Amino acid sequence: MAPRYVGLAAAFVAAASVATVAFAQDAERKGIAAPPGHVFKTIISGYEFRSKETRALQDDDLENPGFLAVERAADVWKKVEGAAGKSCMSCHEQAETSMKGVGAAMPKWDDKLQKPVNLEQRINICRTEHMKAEPWKFKSQELTDMTTFVRYQSHGMKVAVKTDGPMSPWFERGKQIYYTRYGQLDLACESCHERNNGKFMRADFLSQGQTNGFPTYRLRDQRLVPLHERFEGCMFDVRAEPFKPLSDEFLALELYVAWRGIGLPVETPSVRN
Amino acid sequence: MRRSLAAAFALCLSVGGAYAQEPVKEPIKLDVINDSLPKSLTGTPGNAEAGKKVFLTRTLGNCLACHQITNLKSEEFHGEFGPSLDGVAGRYTEAQLRLIVADPKRIFTNTVMPAFFKNDGLSRVRPEFVGKSILTAAQVEDVIAFLKTLN
Ligand code: HEC
Ligand code: HEC
Repeated sequence: MAPRYVGLAAAFVAAASVATVAFAQDAERKGIAAPPGHVFKTIISGYEFRSKETRALQDDDLENPGFLAVERAADVWKKVEGAAGKSCMSCHEQAETSMKGVGAAMPKWDDKLQKPVNLEQRINICRTEHMKAEPWKFKSQELTDMTTFVRYQSHGMKVAVKTDGPMSPWFERGKQIYYTRYGQLDLACESCHERNNGKFMRADFLSQGQTNGFPTYRLRDQRLVPLHERFEGCMFDVRAEPFKPLSDEFLALELYVAWRGIGLPVETPSVRN
Repeated sequence: MRRSLAAAFALCLSVGGAYAQEPVKEPIKLDVINDSLPKSLTGTPGNAEAGKKVFLTRTLGNCLACHQITNLKSEEFHGEFGPSLDGVAGRYTEAQLRLIVADPKRIFTNTVMPAFFKNDGLSRVRPEFVGKSILTAAQVEDVIAFLKTLN
């Protein structure tokens, strides 16, 4: 390693990041103070990295296309399905009270399965075990709608996952995945969302890759996208073979990345490009 | 645990399948001398015009995703990951530029810049790219010829 190169590169990187500050108006990006020992000083929602128009769309409950999912699922909540003759409501009554806070604390440890489960999995466990109904497929409109609806009941509440006890090996596994470089482009989540957040890459400002807005309405896809589909997309883009949605690997990653956004308000349904 | 093991095997099988159809790729060896690659990868000089295309094309170099060049400002979507490449020909020799493009981690420790002429030592590469470098030797030489025009 020739020190000359390092110095040059460092100088240029510094120049580039000064330009970024002016460009990206970092000062406008509001965040929350991270707890001690966290990787970031300031934890910033992906919302802050999007354009004024995209943010306005998210903020307007009437215009935000994600609310169509909330409305659809509010009906399904009451609908009896499966051999047990039950609806979600038969067990949980009003979602507005019974589901408050649930989506802010996912993934959660499941004593019976002896592993963490996320919201999509939890919904399908209810369907198969309590309703005796078919589980919904991952990425199906039904599952993503219901996930959005349940998480919306925590709107504005702080992300608060538990990472200790039996969760800790899962947290460590997620962290390891986060820092591992994958694919032909040899990039880790860290390469983009930790080291380079705030910088411009092609059509997007890179965010911290936070999960507080999921499922998120993507303007590009014109539909709500669940978190593990986003993970898949990021891995695919670096020409890596993504882990499978709802795999142990993505569950561990979901837990770890949720911790990186601890304290952020739940924004579901958020709007992104 | 069982399930993820099974998944791992399934993955091995599918990678094996891809291999069966194509000749086994040898890992690329680079003749690195003093943090540089003096020898042309093809034995012939590259073409700067072709190199500019490689530089701009998303499925090839996609260099603009991370770098800026002032006289390419008309192109949309510059990136800010890496430094501006204005005047880069004055900062490095051709041999140094060749190594920076072929395998930049040998020079910039832990950089996010991908190695464009490397085909092993990578993790979970999508089957269609296994054993392949991002650019061919000729494309690397073309990019080098283009970088040399950036005085
Ligand atoms: C090559 C760069 C790159 C890598 C590597 C990468 N991402 Fe992303 N990611 C992006 C871009 C670009 C976006 C869209 C803009 C944004 O929100 O940052 C994005 C968006 C996201 C989002 C959505 C954020 C929001 O507010 O909607 C999450 C979550 C995310 N990434 C997680 C990850 C994880 C986890 C990994 C590793 C498995 C990863 N990313 C790897 C580039 C990358
Ligand atoms: C994912 C981001 C990324 C991509 C894609 C990328 N680079 Fe880089 N490049 C960087 C970074 C970051 C540096 C600074 C080195 C470091 O990390 O310290 C760099 C440094 C360089 C340098 C040295 C510049 C200097 O003044 O020190 C050259 C030359 C270069 N890149 C050329 C290219 C070419 C040509 C391509 C495409 C074939 C390319 N890069 C693609 C991120 C990238």
